[in-house]
Amino acid sequence: MSISIKSPKDFWCGLLLIAIAAIFVLGMIDLPIGSAFRMGPGYFPLLLTILLALLGLAILSNGLRVEGPEVGAIPLRALLLIAIPIVFFGATLRGLGLVTSLALTVLATTFAAREWKPVTAFLTTLALLVGCIAIFVFGLGLPLSLFGPWVGGF
Amino acid sequence: METLAHLAVGFEHALTLQNLGFCFIGVLVGTMVGVLPGLGPVPTIAMLLPVTFGVPPTSALIMLAGIYYGAQYGGSTTAILLNLPGEASSVVTAIDGHQLARQGKAGLALFTAAIGSFFAGTMATFLIAAFAPALAEFALRFGPAEYFSLMVLGLAASVALAHGSVLKAIAMVVLGLLLGTVGQDIYTGTPRFNFGLEQLVDGFNFVAIAMGVFGIGEVVRNLENERTRSAVASRVRDLIPSRDEVKAIVAPILRGTALGSMLGILPGGGAILGSFAAYSVERRIAKDPQRFGKGAIEGVAAPESANNAGAQTSFIPMLTLGIPSNAVMALMVGALLINGIVPGPNLMTERPELFWGVIASMWIGNLMLVILNLPLISIWVKFMAIPYRVLYPGVVAVCCIGVFSLGSSSFDVYVMAAFGVLGYVLVKLDCEPAPFLLGFVIGRLLEEHLRRAMLLSRGDPSVFVDIYDHPISAVLIVVSAAALILVCWPAIGKRREEAFRE
Repeated sequence: MSISIKSPKDFWCGLLLIAIAAIFVLGMIDLPIGSAFRMGPGYFPLLLTILLALLGLAILSNGLRVEGPEVGAIPLRALLLIAIPIVFFGATLRGLGLVTSLALTVLATTFAAREWKPVTAFLTTLALLVGCIAIFVFGLGLPLSLFGPWVGGF
Repeated sequence: METLAHLAVGFEHALTLQNLGFCFIGVLVGTMVGVLPGLGPVPTIAMLLPVTFGVPPTSALIMLAGIYYGAQYGGSTTAILLNLPGEASSVVTAIDGHQLARQGKAGLALFTAAIGSFFAGTMATFLIAAFAPALAEFALRFGPAEYFSLMVLGLAASVALAHGSVLKAIAMVVLGLLLGTVGQDIYTGTPRFNFGLEQLVDGFNFVAIAMGVFGIGEVVRNLENERTRSAVASRVRDLIPSRDEVKAIVAPILRGTALGSMLGILPGGGAILGSFAAYSVERRIAKDPQRFGKGAIEGVAAPESANNAGAQTSFIPMLTLGIPSNAVMALMVGALLINGIVPGPNLMTERPELFWGVIASMWIGNLMLVILNLPLISIWVKFMAIPYRVLYPGVVAVCCIGVFSLGSSSFDVYVMAAFGVLGYVLVKLDCEPAPFLLGFVIGRLLEEHLRRAMLLSRGDPSVFVDIYDHPISAVLIVVSAAALILVCWPAIGKRREEAFRE
């Protein structure tokens, strides 16, 4: 009897959960566990980590025994063109200031849609830029500088 | 009489100019996101959490609550006119509501939905005012063991009501609880799981996780299923129903309100469960069930009343016990915690203006919604034509600015991006994010009560099921176990699947 993945969704889900449990095991090495009477900082997380690993194993073994649906294609383009601009925003907001950073971020996310239309993309960016500055900077008074030191502001 | 006195306090605070304004913004935004397909109340409330930082907690909660029940109204509009439920709880409304619209009776269906919702909202407001104090008083006697068991029940209910695999739903709860333990230990101050990152000393930022999973994750999910929608311009006339039509909708509205209110209070309840239950009850007791699916007005009246009643009564366990019953309530608890308020039985006595103000505002908000929705329906119809292509960059922008502004922290922005990806992946693997968020929100409280209860019992775990000393806790644990066993039972599990598919 050979082992094969029968339900990919369950298989990968189980694997992901076990991997997360493993990360928490690494983080737990120095934590005092204590006893059930006087629980240390590690007691509750340890219980949960064991539980998560067991659940992960159960789901993984389901994936090897029971037929199930394919995971399906991951829309890598949409996923990356949403996540990377957000990281870019976090990294550049202080340096570039809100105007430049937000404009580039929003413009980049417009490419995530299946069809990219330049007019729509630029108009959306412009409208959002104006709207966000009006609401967040002037309306709510958030302390965000419009132009950061990288583009000559302060 | 006491109830009226409480409500008077509430109206006094809800009727201030500032709170009326926030209530209006809430129901306006709620209607808008209810109408816009692809943007629901959960991501919207997640996006607006940072805004609540700068305003008084009462106003913040009034606005967030308005978004939740406002979205129920807006969702029914798209369901009826376009057969596109803007909101999960109006899925059943679309079945008969859209048929009515195609028969030229869109006005009747919209009027029924609005009046049903308004009546249900009014009744639910009084129900909360009448029952919440009793429940809070009861809960004041709770010790750590009872609290622990109550939270376990809340989590068990969220598992029982999640779609798909029970194992995965439990795993999501556990994952949420585990991520909630990141940060300093409450008792000893020992840093936990920060992997050398000083930004994680206080744990993950709740708003960053909520926005990531529900805001960003949802955007990717919608882009995956992107499709072009054609805007249907339908004119709405004859809003005022005839006498016979009024007769036909009275009883379903009453039944829907009763059913929705009850199911809303249950842990794990909320708007969705009530609307599904109310629709199947109407179909079962109808003299001629054949009419359902072909434009039966009862099929609009009952579920629309039920979802609004449920949306409101689901505040009862959150405000009185501090236990969120669904993802929206988890976000509300988060909003309160951000403002340094711990929801629970003491909330009513410590912050009466907040508690009663929010409840009174619900009735005011429902009134505003009737006014907003019926005459302005043609404006909302135009909103439906906005393509998602234009919408989603705005969601990303608001999430980015909002999460950064919380603590001027770039790290929170990265956390949001990471949890956006994780949230998307989890849904792709058929894991629901709602139990995950619930677990994350109450993780710390659960641990605290567990440790306290175990200290008091000298390490004996039987304290939670001790019939003599802790009968309430024992009952709660038994009910939680029963709920989990029931959904694991293959026969019932199958029926549950069918119920969700319907």
